Amino acid sequence: MMRFGVVIFPASNCDRDCVHVLRTVLGQEVEEVWHEEQSLDGLDAVVLPGGFAYGDYLRAGAVAARAPVMAAVRAFAQVGGPVLGICNGFQILLEAGMLPGAMLRNAVLRFRCTMVHVRVESTQTPFTRTLREGQVLQMPIAHGEGNYFAPGSLLSTIEEAGQIVLRYCDAGGRVNHGANPNGSVRNVAGVRNPAGNVVGLMPHPERASEDVLGSGDGRLLFESVIMWLETRKRSLVGA
Amino acid sequence: MTTATLAPESVGLTREEYEEIRRRLGRDPSPLELRMFGVMWSEHCGYKHSKLTLQLLPTDSPRLLQGPGENAGVLDIGGGWAVAFKMESHNHPSAVDPFNGAATGVGGIIRDILAMGARPIALVDSLRFGPLHETRSRRQAAGVIAGIAAYGNCVGIPTVAGELVTDPGYRGTPLVNVACVGLVRHRELARSRAAGPGNPVMLVGARTGRDGIGGAAFASEELDTASEREDRASVQIGDPFAGKLLIEATVDALRTGGVVAVQDLGAAGLTCASSEMAARGGVGMRLELELVPLREEEMRPDEILLSESQERMLLVVMPEAAERVASIYCRWGLRADVVGEVTGGPLLTVLRAGAPIVSLPPYALAEAPVYRPAAREPETLHARWAMPEVSQTDPAQALLALLAAPAVAVKRVAFEQYDHMVQVRTVVAPGAGDAAVLRLPELSPKGLALVCDGDGRLTSLDPYRGARRAVAEAAANLACVGATPLGLTDCLNFGSPENPEVFWTFRQAVTGIADACRAMKIPVVGGNVSFYNESPDGPVLPTPVITMVGVLEDVSSTCGAGFRRADDMIILIGKTDPDLAASFYVSAVHGMHAGRPADVDFDAHQRVLAVVRDAVARGWLSSAHDCSEGGAAIAVAECAALGGLGAEVILPAAPRADIALFGEAPSRFVLSLPEHRLRDFQALAAARSVPLTILGRIGGDRLRLAASTDHRWAIDLPLAEIAAAYDALSSIL
Repeated sequence: MMRFGVVIFPASNCDRDCVHVLRTVLGQEVEEVWHEEQSLDGLDAVVLPGGFAYGDYLRAGAVAARAPVMAAVRAFAQVGGPVLGICNGFQILLEAGMLPGAMLRNAVLRFRCTMVHVRVESTQTPFTRTLREGQVLQMPIAHGEGNYFAPGSLLSTIEEAGQIVLRYCDAGGRVNHGANPNGSVRNVAGVRNPAGNVVGLMPHPERASEDVLGSGDGRLLFESVIMWLETRKRSLVGA
Repeated sequence: MTTATLAPESVGLTREEYEEIRRRLGRDPSPLELRMFGVMWSEHCGYKHSKLTLQLLPTDSPRLLQGPGENAGVLDIGGGWAVAFKMESHNHPSAVDPFNGAATGVGGIIRDILAMGARPIALVDSLRFGPLHETRSRRQAAGVIAGIAAYGNCVGIPTVAGELVTDPGYRGTPLVNVACVGLVRHRELARSRAAGPGNPVMLVGARTGRDGIGGAAFASEELDTASEREDRASVQIGDPFAGKLLIEATVDALRTGGVVAVQDLGAAGLTCASSEMAARGGVGMRLELELVPLREEEMRPDEILLSESQERMLLVVMPEAAERVASIYCRWGLRADVVGEVTGGPLLTVLRAGAPIVSLPPYALAEAPVYRPAAREPETLHARWAMPEVSQTDPAQALLALLAAPAVAVKRVAFEQYDHMVQVRTVVAPGAGDAAVLRLPELSPKGLALVCDGDGRLTSLDPYRGARRAVAEAAANLACVGATPLGLTDCLNFGSPENPEVFWTFRQAVTGIADACRAMKIPVVGGNVSFYNESPDGPVLPTPVITMVGVLEDVSSTCGAGFRRADDMIILIGKTDPDLAASFYVSAVHGMHAGRPADVDFDAHQRVLAVVRDAVARGWLSSAHDCSEGGAAIAVAECAALGGLGAEVILPAAPRADIALFGEAPSRFVLSLPEHRLRDFQALAAARSVPLTILGRIGGDRLRLAASTDHRWAIDLPLAEIAAAYDALSSIL
C-alpha cells in the first residue's frame, strides 16, 4: 500500500473525490495535506486536485502557486517524487513553473464540462507507465481555463522531448480540431516535466475511475503510479 | 428623524399594518423598528398573502424528519441518513442583474441546506425567459446560466437537472428558481431554534456591508422599465470563494456538537435571522451593533440590521464551544464574532453604545399578519378553453420546430457550463435521462433521482389541472429512471396576490398540487412563494415549479432516455387518447395558448408509473421517456436524437395526423426493450391493466413516423436533421 498526499486548498473541490478514489476504490493510504503545510515527509506521491484553490478570481492557480505547501511540493518533485496535477492542479503547476506552458480561457470563453477522449502520447511518466502510446482513454473535463498554450519554440522543444502526455482526440484516437474541447494548442491535454515525475492534465481521472460513473479509464493512471511506486520500493529494498 | 417623518407607506406597510404593529408593541415603533417591520412583513419574508393557502399542502410522510417552517425540509432515506432539500426563487434580482441575481440565488439556497446541517450534493435549476430571438431575453438567459455556473462550479456542488422554457409570458418577468439537495446524518441534523439563555450568538462568514439593503422589499414589488437601471443596488454580489469556505467551515463547526442553532442570513439579513431564531425557540436575543464586523465605515443601525450581504450565517453556540467554533472558521479564513447572546426574556434587543435602540418581541417581527385576499376566476378563462380551428401544417416541419423549441431541445449549452460531475455521484447526467440520478456511496447501492417540472402554459389555461400535471410529470420522470418519489419542494411564481384573478389562480394551483400529492402520497416538505412577478406587460404566466426527489434501491439498474440498441422494440404505454387542447404544438407551431388541459387520472397514473419503475428495476428496458411537450412524436424523436439511432414508428390512429403525432395526454411513455423481454413486459403491464401499443423498431439512420396504418410516412427525416434541430439551443445561446 502506498501513501498518497492530496493537497487541499480552501476552495479545492475535487479533493474529496481524489481521496475517495485513492482510499476506497484503490485501497491506498491517503493523507489530506492542508495548503499551509510545509513538509510532505512520508508521502510516496502527491496529487494536486481540481477546484478553485483560493477562488481563482485572479488567473487560475496564480495565487496557489505561491502557497506555503507549494515549496514542499517543489522539493518533493526535485527528489523524484511523483506529482499529479489535475485540472486546477495542472494550472497551479504551470503557474509555479513546474511544468512548461500556460493556460488561457477556453476558446469558447465558457466553462465546459463534458466527456472527452484523450490519446496517450508519452508513457515516460509514473502515471502512464503501464499504458501504451496511442491508447485512447475516456475521461471528463470541467474547466473554464483549459486552453493550453506554449509559444512556438517552447512547443517544439517539449514536443521533441516527448513531454506531451495526452492529447484530445476522437473515439478512434484521431487528433483533430473537432475533438479539441477548449482550443488547446495541438490538442494538448496533459504535459510532463523533463524528468517525467511531474504530470499535469486537464481531464479528471478521479471522475472516471468507476464504471458506474461511465468510465473506468482514469483509474489506469492511478494504478500505473501505484505499480511504479511498488517497483521502485522493491528495487530500493533489493539494493 | 422622528416617527412622524417616516410614513408606513415609505417602508411598504399599510396604515392597518402600522396599527397592528402598535397593537403588538403597545406603543409606536421607532423609525428603525418600523424599517425592520417593513422588511419582515414584506411578502417575500412574511408570506402574508400565501400562508393560509399553503396550509392546504400535505406534509405527512413516515419519512418526515422536518417539514415546512425550517430552512429546508428533511426526509429519512434509511441507514441513519436523511436528505434535505428546498427550492427558492431569485426572480427579481435576476431580472435586474441576471449574472449576480442567479449567482446569489444559488448561494442562498445552498446556505438553507447547510443550515440543516447537511452537506449540499446537488443543485437543480428551473429557468424561464421571453423568446430567445429577442436580445433582452437572450442576454438574461446567458447571464443567468453563467451566474449559476460561476457560483455552483466554484463551490463544488454539481448542477444536475433543470428546465429552460421560453414564452412571451416571461418576457418582462424571467423566472429563476434554484433547488439544492443535501445529505445529513440524523444525529447531525441542525435546526434554527435558538435556546439556552446566556448562549453566545455568533455571526460567521463574510463581513457586513451596504449591499442588498431592502432586497426583500424590492422582491415584493412589481418591476417597471427603469428597474434594470435603478434597482441594481438592491442586488447582492455573490462571492463563491467565501461561499465555499462557509460550507466547509460550517460542516466542521456543526460536527463539534457545540452548535445549538443555525440559520443563514438571506432576505432581511440579521433582522430576519435573529427574530426568526428567537421566535422559533421562544426565547429572547440581545445583539450589540458594535460587535458586528463591518465592511464599510459609519454604517447606520438600519443598514447593519437589514444588510443582505452574502455568505453569512448566525449561530447560537454553547459558551464552552465558542472558542472552538471561532477557531474552525479562522482556519478557513473566515470571521466568527460573538455579536450577542440568547436571553430568557421575551425580547429581541439591539444595543448601540450600551443603549437599547430596538426592543420588541421576536414573534411580533417574525410573524407577519395573515391575509385572506379576494379571489375571482379570470373572466377570460372559459373563453380560452374553446379550441380554435387549427390548420394542419407539414408534420416534418412541425416536428423540427418543436424539437428546436427551448422547452424540448437538449440543454447541452447550459449543462456543459455547469460542473455536473463533481462529487463523483452523477450516474445519469443532465439531459441523458428523464431525471438526474446520483449514487449514494453512503447507502450503496441506493441512489437519489432529482427532477423539476412546471408548466405555465397549462397552469394559465387551468391552474388546478396545470399544477396537477406538473406533479404528475415530475413523478413520471422519476419513474423513467426507476425511482420512487420521496417528497417535493415547490416554487410558486405568480403575479400580484392583490389582483383577485391572480390570487384565484394561485389558490387553484396550490389546491391542485395538494390533491395530486394526496393522491400519490408525496409530502410537500418546503418551498417558496414568489408574488409580484409583474411587468408593464402584466402578470407573469402563472408557474408552479415542482422539484421532486426520488429514491432508487439499486442505482446500477437505472435507465436513460436515449435509444440504445438497434432492433429493440419501441413501446407506448398508457392510455392513447391524445388531444390538441392546451398542447405545446398548438402553442409553439400555431402561436395560441388555447384549450383546456386534460386532467390526470391518478389511479391510472400510479399504475403506469409502477409498471415503468418495475421494468426499469428488473433491467428489462433499454430506454424510458415520458411523453410531454409535443406528444408521442416528439418523445420518439428525442429518444432517437439522444441515442443517435433511427427508428420506424407507427403511432395509434387518431382523427387527424397532427393529433396522433403531437397531441398530448398525461401518463404516457415511450419505452424501448429487446424483443425477448416483450412477453414479460406485456404480462407486467396487463397485470396492472395498463394499455400497451407496439410502435415499431429501432434502426437505420432515418426517423420515420406514421400516424395511422395507411403505410405512408407522415415524417421521414434523416437522423442528422433531427439531431441538429434538437441541438438548436447551442447556436442561440
